[in-house]
Amino acid sequence: MSDRVFGIVGVLLAIGYALAALTIEESFLSDAVGPKAFPLIIAALLGISSAVIALRPDPEPHWPALGRLAEIFGAVVVMILYAEMLPIAGFVLATVFAAAYLAWRLGSKPVEALLTGIGTSVGIYSVFHLLLGLSLARGPWGF
Amino acid sequence: MDILASLGDGFAIALTWQNLGLALLGCFLGTIMGALPGLGPSNGVAILIPLAFTLGLGATPSLILLTSVYYGAMYGGRISSILLNIPGDEPAMMTCLDGYPMAQKGLAGEALSLSGVASFVGAFLATWGLILLAPQLVKIALLFGPAEYFALFALAFMTLGGVSSTNQAKSAFAAALGLGLATIGVDTQTGVPRFTFGEVHLYDGLDFLVAIVGLFALSEVFIFLENRHGGSDAAGHKMKIGRLYPPLSMLKTCTPTMLRTSFLGFIAGVLPGAGASLGSFISYSMEKRLVDKDGTFGTGDPRGVAAPEAGNNAAAGGALVPMLALGVPGSGTTAVLLAVLLSLNITPGPLLFTNNPDVVWGLIAALFIANFMLLAMNIPMVGLFTRVLLIPSRILMPIVAMVSFVGIYGISGSSFDLLVMIGFGVMGWVLRKLDVPLVPVILGTLLGNAMENNLRRAVTIDNGNWGTLIDSPLSIGLWAVALIGFVLPLIIGARVRAKMHQRRDEDGAISD
Repeated sequence: MSDRVFGIVGVLLAIGYALAALTIEESFLSDAVGPKAFPLIIAALLGISSAVIALRPDPEPHWPALGRLAEIFGAVVVMILYAEMLPIAGFVLATVFAAAYLAWRLGSKPVEALLTGIGTSVGIYSVFHLLLGLSLARGPWGF
Repeated sequence: MDILASLGDGFAIALTWQNLGLALLGCFLGTIMGALPGLGPSNGVAILIPLAFTLGLGATPSLILLTSVYYGAMYGGRISSILLNIPGDEPAMMTCLDGYPMAQKGLAGEALSLSGVASFVGAFLATWGLILLAPQLVKIALLFGPAEYFALFALAFMTLGGVSSTNQAKSAFAAALGLGLATIGVDTQTGVPRFTFGEVHLYDGLDFLVAIVGLFALSEVFIFLENRHGGSDAAGHKMKIGRLYPPLSMLKTCTPTMLRTSFLGFIAGVLPGAGASLGSFISYSMEKRLVDKDGTFGTGDPRGVAAPEAGNNAAAGGALVPMLALGVPGSGTTAVLLAVLLSLNITPGPLLFTNNPDVVWGLIAALFIANFMLLAMNIPMVGLFTRVLLIPSRILMPIVAMVSFVGIYGISGSSFDLLVMIGFGVMGWVLRKLDVPLVPVILGTLLGNAMENNLRRAVTIDNGNWGTLIDSPLSIGLWAVALIGFVLPLIIGARVRAKMHQRRDEDGAISD
């Protein structure tokens, strides 16, 4: 079932991609092939392979329970927040939170998770910024 | 004796304090990454690429650092195979078969040191193979025109699924997806934007480093979260090592095995679509057939430890041949190394050997040096690396995730790239669940532009005649090999696969 859904999504993706390719504006100074041909070949390949996947599915993969999926979703949300907050809160603070969250969700006790977060953040900051001079996001306090 | 002179120049480049230090660092980190289940050569190298850039390293030093990591990971994978019966990375899978029984018999130290020697022999011979074979391949590649290059790229994609591919349709899907992603951005030939949907950030195209780190490293974090696998695999295992040197008699009985399997592994590495996992697999199977007269393989036969280790390290060296000589990698990790070269504005391929001989020969010399360092690290100091196995992944995985973020942010300084990377991480997780290989996706984003340019150049030179693609004997030959490479797994794939992947799971998607 998963593969059938996956294949159908793939076919739709291929159609969308092909339609987007057809709307590419041609420049008046074009080579013999033009900017559309290669994407159209790819779209065909994508469509055919997706169709084959849908028609000849593999055995069902092992999907996690809903709770585990929520776990992954939560991690994605935290990572997105991290990416957005990085320029605002600064590297050290944002990283403490993100790393502590991940450690906590992987099964650390709260205190251990916080320590992992602080350790990761300060460790990366000292190695990459202080030692190697890499510029990290600066927050309101300059770190 | 051109080669020896060039090699001498290479050593002059590699033997600086900086390069030696980088090789040492790379070997050390690589062994750790190889040893830790969950981090393998391809995601290990991927995490470290941004580091190499932000250090402001030139081409040769970056490559020395990263190939040392690559070689190191090939050494390190065996440690957890032998001690815990869990392969540290995919190529080390076959080492479990005899390594773990040896450890159970109280011969862990012997198994570790013997496999260290076997790794050394395999890698050492393969580096010589690289020196001898790559220049010959370059001579052939110099005859290639755009049409032949297009055929060569097609060959790389069609064989990438490999003999052990589960589902060729999924490999093809992955390649098409990667190529499609590569077309995002301004068209290099005519300057019109494609698939950018008005988003300015996309005009430059997707940065393939962002894609690589997301697909390989972040997806790993998601896999761990999904299984809530927070502990350390080593917890509860007694890891007594015992003596650290193999008895001479054991080395003697294993020498023919090591020599044979080094050769076989090297060939497996050079061939497209094979790679290190297959290298260690066929090495083990051949040795079993050849020398296992008393049925001791699988019960802790030292030769069963030496064979796959020599095989996978030799394959790692062999896989560098097509990457350096043709610019077309045949495995996941060499694809990541190609990304490094491309980001440094160095185009691998035949011209690399004439335009940047310092890069090629400096790298090769560094491989020799790294190999000796690894031998030294992996025999007397193996106890140090076994401690690493005790780090629980609930501490390790947050560090991996954060280093990935820091690396990508360090290159571009933009939150947009971080969001794209998260997107790739999720995509990588879904694709791995569905058993779609990730390496063709990476290769597609890397080579897509070059492939399209060669296609358009070939057709334009011939005034819009598409027939030019199959006009020369050389390109017809390449297409033929590509077709065979694509069809063959459909016929024999199931048999090889059943033997090779008793435990094929998400890890198969990033197999090397």
